[in-house]
Amino acid sequence: MSFIILALVVLVFVIIYQVAKASEYATALRSEEKVKAQTNRTMAWLMVAMFVLGMWGIWECHRILMPHMLPQSASDHGVNYDNMLKVTLIVTGIVFFLTQGLLFWFSWRYQAKEKTTSFYFPHNNKLELIWTTIPALTMAILVAIGLKHWFKMTSEAPANAQIVEVVGKQFNWVIRYPGKDKALGKRDFRLINDASNVLGQDWNDKANRDDIINETGELHLVKGRPVKLVIGSRDVIHDVGLPHFRMKMDAVPGITTTMWFTPIVSTKEMKAITGNENFVYEIACDQMCGQGHYSMRGTVVVHDNQAQLDAWLLMQTPYYTQNQGKKPETPAAGSGAAQPEAAGQNADSTKTLSMR
Amino acid sequence: MSQEPIIHGPNEAHTHEVGNLPPHEHHGGGHGADGHHHEPHFLFKYIFSQDHKIIGKQFLITGIIWAIIGALFSVFFRLQLGWPDKTFPILETFLGHWAKGGKLSPEFYYSLVTMHGTILIFFVLTAGLTGTFANFLIPLQIGARDMASPFMNMLSYWFFFIASVVMFSSLFVATGPNAGGWTSYPPLSAIKEASLGSGIGMDLWLIAMALFVVSSLLGGLNYVATILNMRTKGMTMTRLPLTIWALFFTAVIGLLSFPVLLSGFVLLIFDRNFGTSFYLSEIFINGHALPHIGGSPILYQHLFWFLGHPEVYIIMLPGMGIASDLLANHARKPVFGYFAMIISLVGITSLSFLVWAHHMFVSGMSPFLGSVFVLMTLLIAVPSAVKVFNWLTTIWRGNIRFTVPMVFALGFVSMFISGGLTGIFVGNSALDIHLHDTYFVIAHFHLVMGVSAFFGMFAGIYHWFPKMFGRFMNNTLGYVHFFITFIGSYLIFWPMHYEGIAGMPRRYYDYTAWESFKQFQGLNSFISIVAIITFFGQLLFVFNFFVSIWKGKKVTSANPWGATTLEWTTPIHPGHGNWVGEIPEVHRWAYDYRDDGEGNDFIPQTVPLREGEEAH
Repeated sequence: MSFIILALVVLVFVIIYQVAKASEYATALRSEEKVKAQTNRTMAWLMVAMFVLGMWGIWECHRILMPHMLPQSASDHGVNYDNMLKVTLIVTGIVFFLTQGLLFWFSWRYQAKEKTTSFYFPHNNKLELIWTTIPALTMAILVAIGLKHWFKMTSEAPANAQIVEVVGKQFNWVIRYPGKDKALGKRDFRLINDASNVLGQDWNDKANRDDIINETGELHLVKGRPVKLVIGSRDVIHDVGLPHFRMKMDAVPGITTTMWFTPIVSTKEMKAITGNENFVYEIACDQMCGQGHYSMRGTVVVHDNQAQLDAWLLMQTPYYTQNQGKKPETPAAGSGAAQPEAAGQNADSTKTLSMR
Repeated sequence: MSQEPIIHGPNEAHTHEVGNLPPHEHHGGGHGADGHHHEPHFLFKYIFSQDHKIIGKQFLITGIIWAIIGALFSVFFRLQLGWPDKTFPILETFLGHWAKGGKLSPEFYYSLVTMHGTILIFFVLTAGLTGTFANFLIPLQIGARDMASPFMNMLSYWFFFIASVVMFSSLFVATGPNAGGWTSYPPLSAIKEASLGSGIGMDLWLIAMALFVVSSLLGGLNYVATILNMRTKGMTMTRLPLTIWALFFTAVIGLLSFPVLLSGFVLLIFDRNFGTSFYLSEIFINGHALPHIGGSPILYQHLFWFLGHPEVYIIMLPGMGIASDLLANHARKPVFGYFAMIISLVGITSLSFLVWAHHMFVSGMSPFLGSVFVLMTLLIAVPSAVKVFNWLTTIWRGNIRFTVPMVFALGFVSMFISGGLTGIFVGNSALDIHLHDTYFVIAHFHLVMGVSAFFGMFAGIYHWFPKMFGRFMNNTLGYVHFFITFIGSYLIFWPMHYEGIAGMPRRYYDYTAWESFKQFQGLNSFISIVAIITFFGQLLFVFNFFVSIWKGKKVTSANPWGATTLEWTTPIHPGHGNWVGEIPEVHRWAYDYRDDGEGNDFIPQTVPLREGEEAH
């Protein structure tokens, strides 16, 4: 089989080469000038053909792929993103069709002709000023829209936000929910133990004892309630990618990052919108993290209301209770009063680069 | 030896006297007014040559070999992406135990994408592109007998060669080559336990890259020194062809940013081998906690992208310069807005140093810092837009000859527009937060710096091949190559924008387990098929290139394209030293494409101004 393919490829090469050589002999036989003029006309028409073909291709591509795109945004920030994407698409689309159109139109229109000479036009300050100013103004507008949304997305999370910690490790996501005390306890990477303390929680910190940990990467949120993700990593850099929410944030070892948004479409609603019973919000790792990168998958469940989430949380057993029998290493120094803002920060960590 | 009889002042001094020529030239260099007939030994003429033209060809041919390897790697991983459920025995033939039973392993998949990026960005589009055209064209177009330091120039190639050998050898180590992406972010690249490719393969990668930086710096210093000091009489800076301007700024960017990359790599070598913690902090891997505390992986990203972003302009600028010159030459019309073109190059060069952190919008960087980089990034669109409009105006009312170099130059503009516009999306942080690290980014940078830089390179090769080898490349094969590459590139990368907007992450080995991305399987197969066809299309070029060196149609006139620039005033087969007798004097700018009153539609730079004529 592979021999046949190889033979075919060689054959195609030989044929193309023979045709190419033949065309060169033909050039030698006929007057070179005539052949050149003929080639030039052919190429000018082929340029037009390519443009027409290209425009048709863009149309077809759009028609075929649009049904496969993401459904409406499931987060409030994502709605802004979608609007901004539209604005940017329109602006760049105009420039695209204008410039590509001119490029191919000029190519055809000003193909070499025997009697004509080119127009000596070395510069024109007015024109150059125009096409410096217009792009500059357009860019200024796009920057303004972009930064407005950017500062909103990266602002401090609202006070009523649900707090959840998302920690990446090769190659899965570990999700931690605060218990009744609404606070995440302290962690220290030196206390990590894959069997009984997957995040290295410091059991001297009482805030840790009611924390719920989900090692299968299931992130439970509530429709309409802002959520602040406290993001960390155990080993290499990962990235919490939430395509349906149009959000993304790196998980960096040694540094705590955060991101917040408000889910606006619950899982149940999205199943109805997409007409897909199997629909599921997914967490995709978006930063190359090793050989299992492509399989580092988590899921998001957006509950219809807080009561549903509370019911789900109530069914979970705190991680401490699950692993009580096997008390691990000596506790780390510096255990203080638990405070919500200390979530995810280690006693020794001097540096926090969160989005504040 | 030729002696320039006139001294033209410090800036235009011709330092190509006896003392500056390579040693072997003293006893038998076949150049200059004396016209010796003793050929230097093969070893010194073609291998350890100090002739800039030979060095340029060495870079080009090494680059072509690397390009074939890099492209072949993309075919291998496109097989996996196109048909994740199938096996390809041919993969086992090539890759051995990395593709047992014809199924590519995830580890080696990541090695392939990493090496594809490294090879094409550094070894092909930096060394292969700048190395070729800067070496070949700078002395020829500015009117110099050779580079400021031919010996350093030779070293530049040989450092590149050693870097190539080390990089190539890393493909064969037991744990495989670097698999952490061409960016090689720590901790993944710093910790041997994090990935197979972070073993000895990573050390070799870092050593090869360090040698590569040395090569780039030696070359860059030479290019800058040559352009500033060795221009012939009358060749003021404002009479230089835009190719030379572009290569000048390329060298400046490289000189200022490559050392930063090197420092980043040195720290990484320390972290990997000597127990330091520049990039490492609080890591638990493989069942144990590492002792590193206090480092920051983000530091590496800053150091890396301080070169990494200017690097894309290092790749782009030569193509821009070449396209500017070729559009003018083959449209028989001066380039529009010569000064605006130079100023926009200055703008791109300076802004290129102020945009690096747009690669890090989602790294957790301060949002305020991010906003500054948004502003700078979108600002760089302005000089780029000026260039596009100027190119369009250059062909407007021209008299276009659709030679092979010309169609590639037109293709360059088309690709640059398509890829450049999507930069406006990813440069805006609020959009990047979704598009970051998806196929949208892949589509964007492949079009704008991969494909369009290649189009600039192809245009340049087809155009200057007659000068390099005294023969033409086959036209028909050239046109076929153009159409396959042009249509193929758009078919491959255009639909990837859709995958990216749908959030499909890059650097995934298999998407079948993902509810959100598996619907693109059909499209992925389609892209793979086109990629394979396009790959074979490139082999047509390689074939054409090597066959034409010996069998191509001979060049019969010194100036086959009717160009104004100095390289076409040399003999068809210029020897070391380029001009027989004196170096010509320059009297006008490089774009006098107009009626010379004698039936020609161009006036070479060497023709003195006519009475009453004003210089541009």
